Amino acid sequence: MNALAARRRHPAAIAILIMLGLFLTGAVYTVIAPKDADATTQSLSAQSVEEGQALFRANCASCHGLNAEGRATGNGDKKAGPALAGVGAAAVDFQVGTGRMPLAGPMVQAPSGEVKFTDDQIAALGAYIASLAPGPEVPSDEAVDPLKGDPARGGELFRVNCAMCHNFAGAGGALTRGKYAPAIDDVTSKHIYEAMLTGPQSMPVFGDTNLTPESKRDVIAFLTTIDEQESPGGLKLGSLGPVSEGLFAWVFGLGILVGAAVWLGSKSA
Amino acid sequence: MSTDTTPRPADTLREGDTPAQAPPSAAVRTIGGVAGWVDDRTGAAKPVGYLMKKVFPDHWSFMLGEIAMYSMIVCLLTGAFLTFWFVPSAGHVVYDGSYVPLRGVSMSEAYASTLDISFDIKGGLIIRQIHHWAALMFIVALSVHMFRVFFTGAFRKPREINWVIGSVLALLAIIEGFAGYSLPDDLLSGTGLRAMEGFVQTAPVIGSYLAFAIFGGPFPGEMIIPRLYSVHILLIPAILIGLFTAHIGLVFVQKHTQFPGPGRTNENVVGYPVMPVYAAKAGGFFFIVFGIIAMMSALVQINPIWGYGPYDPSPVTAGSQPDWYMGFADGALRLLPGWLEVSAFGFTLSLNIALGALVLLPLVYTVLGAYPFVERWVTGDNREHHLLDRPRNAPTRTGLGMAAITAYSVFWFAAGNDIMAIKLGLSINDITWFFRIGLFVLPPLMFWVTKRICLSLQRRDRDTVLHGRETGTIVRTPDGRFFERHETTTELTPEQWVLVQHEAVAPIEIEAAVDENGVARKAKRSERARARLSRFYFADAVNPVTPAELAAAHHHGAEHEAIEAAPAGESAELESGEPAGRH
Amino acid sequence: MNEQDTTHPGSEVASTPEHGTAVRLDQGHVVGDGGLPERFTNPGLPEHVARMADLDEAAARRAEKQVATLFAISIIGTLAFIVCYFAISLETTIFVPGIGETSASNFALGVSLALGLLGIGFGAVHWAKTLMPDEEVVEERHPLRATDESRERVVEELRVGGGSSQITRRPMIKYTLGGALGLFAVPLVLQVAGSLGPMPQNSLSQTFWNGGPSGPGQDPTFVPLRLMRDPENTPIKAEDVTIGSVFHVMPQGLLPDPVTGDGGTPNLLEEAAKAAVLLMRLDEDLIQSQKQRDWGYHGIIAYSKICTHVGCPVGLYEQQTHHLLCPCHQSTFDVTQDAKVIFGPAKRPLPQLQITVDDEGYLVSAAPFQEAVGPSFWERG
Repeated sequence: MNALAARRRHPAAIAILIMLGLFLTGAVYTVIAPKDADATTQSLSAQSVEEGQALFRANCASCHGLNAEGRATGNGDKKAGPALAGVGAAAVDFQVGTGRMPLAGPMVQAPSGEVKFTDDQIAALGAYIASLAPGPEVPSDEAVDPLKGDPARGGELFRVNCAMCHNFAGAGGALTRGKYAPAIDDVTSKHIYEAMLTGPQSMPVFGDTNLTPESKRDVIAFLTTIDEQESPGGLKLGSLGPVSEGLFAWVFGLGILVGAAVWLGSKSA
Repeated sequence: MSTDTTPRPADTLREGDTPAQAPPSAAVRTIGGVAGWVDDRTGAAKPVGYLMKKVFPDHWSFMLGEIAMYSMIVCLLTGAFLTFWFVPSAGHVVYDGSYVPLRGVSMSEAYASTLDISFDIKGGLIIRQIHHWAALMFIVALSVHMFRVFFTGAFRKPREINWVIGSVLALLAIIEGFAGYSLPDDLLSGTGLRAMEGFVQTAPVIGSYLAFAIFGGPFPGEMIIPRLYSVHILLIPAILIGLFTAHIGLVFVQKHTQFPGPGRTNENVVGYPVMPVYAAKAGGFFFIVFGIIAMMSALVQINPIWGYGPYDPSPVTAGSQPDWYMGFADGALRLLPGWLEVSAFGFTLSLNIALGALVLLPLVYTVLGAYPFVERWVTGDNREHHLLDRPRNAPTRTGLGMAAITAYSVFWFAAGNDIMAIKLGLSINDITWFFRIGLFVLPPLMFWVTKRICLSLQRRDRDTVLHGRETGTIVRTPDGRFFERHETTTELTPEQWVLVQHEAVAPIEIEAAVDENGVARKAKRSERARARLSRFYFADAVNPVTPAELAAAHHHGAEHEAIEAAPAGESAELESGEPAGRH
Repeated sequence: MNEQDTTHPGSEVASTPEHGTAVRLDQGHVVGDGGLPERFTNPGLPEHVARMADLDEAAARRAEKQVATLFAISIIGTLAFIVCYFAISLETTIFVPGIGETSASNFALGVSLALGLLGIGFGAVHWAKTLMPDEEVVEERHPLRATDESRERVVEELRVGGGSSQITRRPMIKYTLGGALGLFAVPLVLQVAGSLGPMPQNSLSQTFWNGGPSGPGQDPTFVPLRLMRDPENTPIKAEDVTIGSVFHVMPQGLLPDPVTGDGGTPNLLEEAAKAAVLLMRLDEDLIQSQKQRDWGYHGIIAYSKICTHVGCPVGLYEQQTHHLLCPCHQSTFDVTQDAKVIFGPAKRPLPQLQITVDDEGYLVSAAPFQEAVGPSFWERG
């Protein structure tokens, strides 16, 4: 018999066959499966309320209503999507720009994720929503420039207003019933500003009458500084505090020390 | 002695002479001189000689207490260093050091000096991190050491005193740690102090007075930092050092226990002497422990107080937990429901807080410290025990220990419920309810599972002995049956000794209800309780194989797998010339 | 002898004197010991197995070289520490794979110190394992108990000594000694316990919102105080508070100027620990309690931020559910139901602060807290 047949009873044979079968099935499926409908239009060269409206109707109206008036689910007063008049271009820039919107399905909280639109498309959507009613605008670059802010003052503001939800290092924290305040170490300055300004989901609204634009910039300066500074003492273990330190001590600290003890007590060759 | 190669007749006269020794070197003479000087004045040669000959058995699990001890020494050493730079004062100061995000911020001197240690003093951060990691490893190691001592029954007579000392050491260690990490006066530890003040305040009748006494006034006050400092560098270390010296001294005097094995009895210690083996191993292990802690401190950050910010009663960070060893008390505070607080006639009794914070800690350590005496009362065993139990041979004790660890762990993990919620994507409300119910369900379940596992392992040990050694030789009888030849003798191999060395146990019987004169005697309630507990401990005991049982099994085996009286030749073809050992 | 011509105790049929009355076990179980001991005996120490370094001089020299190398690593580590201490400045950072950007000084000093220590440790242990004698030594235990003579001697000494002190014959001495010794520590305990801290008096039931400093013995008179942003220390107008926002508030006069640090009350942290307040705005229709509406101002409501469990600041405001969550032990308060506890270990709702506006439109307190803020205590009432 040939070499392949001679190995037909090899223990790996069945594993290889299964893998081949899976690959084949996957490849066939990929070829013949229907593609998702592509609802994005072509990239725009200028902000356009009409383009924004078209995008809105194609991607957002199923939850937010054809004219952004909001849509109820029919289940009590639960909403599929709230009315968007007055949320402003800043909210659109934040929600769509961090990939939270369009929301894939009903869930406890919209997580940040893959951004589904180009910057121009986001701007167009924002222009459309801003046209419905006045609301917070996308901040200028100067307003969110960390170099212009005071990180020490920003730290004081952060600890009073933000750390209780987002943790002292911005590593995130738990809210009730499965909601959470996300980690903010990987968020652009613009999006941080917009989140404070618009108060997405469970986050309170920190309007300009609560935290002035300068205060917001100070917070951004603080977050940028601690991000750059990383960890003087070594591995951060997620900046989660004593819980992760204790876990490390029990698993690695004790593990290594017990390993040394076992080696010490064992007979030499 | 002679270096000549050609033997000469007179050489035989020198056989049996003791060889001349080389004269001692200068170094040895100096040391000898100093030692003699000291001994002239103290008589130290006798105890030093005694200690150098002490024998210590070799098992890695006996090193756990050493890990704890060495970690404590590292803490003492690095702690002494830190006292040269730390300022234990709550006085206000405006920060002006190298850490930019806190420049210009108002804070206490304690916090500012800790920032200086971390950023403006060479080697300050590494010493601080070594101190904190060593503290964590101290308590981890003493806990695992405690488990080892418990599960092997090393707390039995004559070591009950050492167990009680150990329980007190454990309690003091966690209080010491709490005081230590609260000293920098950062937001996280300050929040912990706030919680402490809150639960002290709820103590019935005296709560508010007690809180004001501890803090020297309203919270936070300026006294708590200096007071914690005295507790942390003076009071508790003094007691810790005294107690652990007694702890080690007792180990020397009573000699270390040992695991059962060939040659090891209750009346001896088998191992290696301090000089030179244990001096090298134990001394070397100190450097290993210190070195590993130093490596951890070089690579892994701990307690980044600069991130938390100075303590202020208004801000707070998500994920506010104490260090791991206080977690069980914090978890208890999260799990106890609010309806336990009752108020009447203008007085409020917060059982939801008092039970978790004021009662739980002393209760845990009291139960811990009392266990050896309870077990002795139940078993009625007053003999000295120097041979350790294999945990499977004490199934009820092992089960109780695992149940206790489970209950502790429920509280402990509950303190991390918000971290678990965000890392596992769960709801903290669900996690809290899981632990609330788990506290009552999981420990009994764990007791039962552990006990069953122990009994099964004991039965397997019995089978291993009775069953004999599988030789791997398959024999086929003329009528087509296959069986494997097992080799037993009524003598055990040394490996099997461990499986049969433990003692048989049985529940205590209450003395007869009727004594020899026919007078009825009512058993006291405590006797009945004792008998009930004894039954709980020993009713389903699996006892070790005795020689009689082995012989019986041997003989029964002869029937079950009897080879017919086949000609020795036929069965011999399948063997490789082994003697006809019966299975 | 049995059929197979092998000899096994217990299998003989005939009874022989040295084996007792043994019977064949297939004839039923008869209790007897068959001449066997009750328990197995200890087989004794196993034979010593020599190590390679014991047998082979080349292996021993190899072990020696290994130990020496480890000690040399320690020396190098220590020298590296000394060099790094002087050479590396505190501001330098270094990129370490797996860790990121970290302090070069901490990393270098720590690793070199660790090597300096581990080299000695591993070297010494390896030396003990390979070259030092590894034959097991047996030390006999003796009963720990002192001899009866020692015990009797002690008893006798105590008896004689105690007797010669005449304490048993002098009851007056005995009783007054007991009293004196029992009491002598009281002054020490009293000094410490009594002087550790002041009596709380009324301070747990009052806050800065009562009109000013509220420590033990201080009894402020009520004046309306403006609600100030924490930490900016700026007053808040009613229209500044929008629906969905949360303000962290301190009373006017408590916080110092954030830039100069001047002003502010003495005992700043002690007052802040009781006076911290959260300000939110709700749609008035959502507010279920009339008292809550009345004490607020057009849906703007103020509650104590100090958790009624053990006192952590209840900072987490969930804008959409109107829940306040305390991060310490997860007590959850429902703002639409007058901050009632809906989950967690707290019992009492957060106290509400009655607010209104002054003639310039700034929010001010209309009355102090009507109950003690923060954790419960026995005499809370």
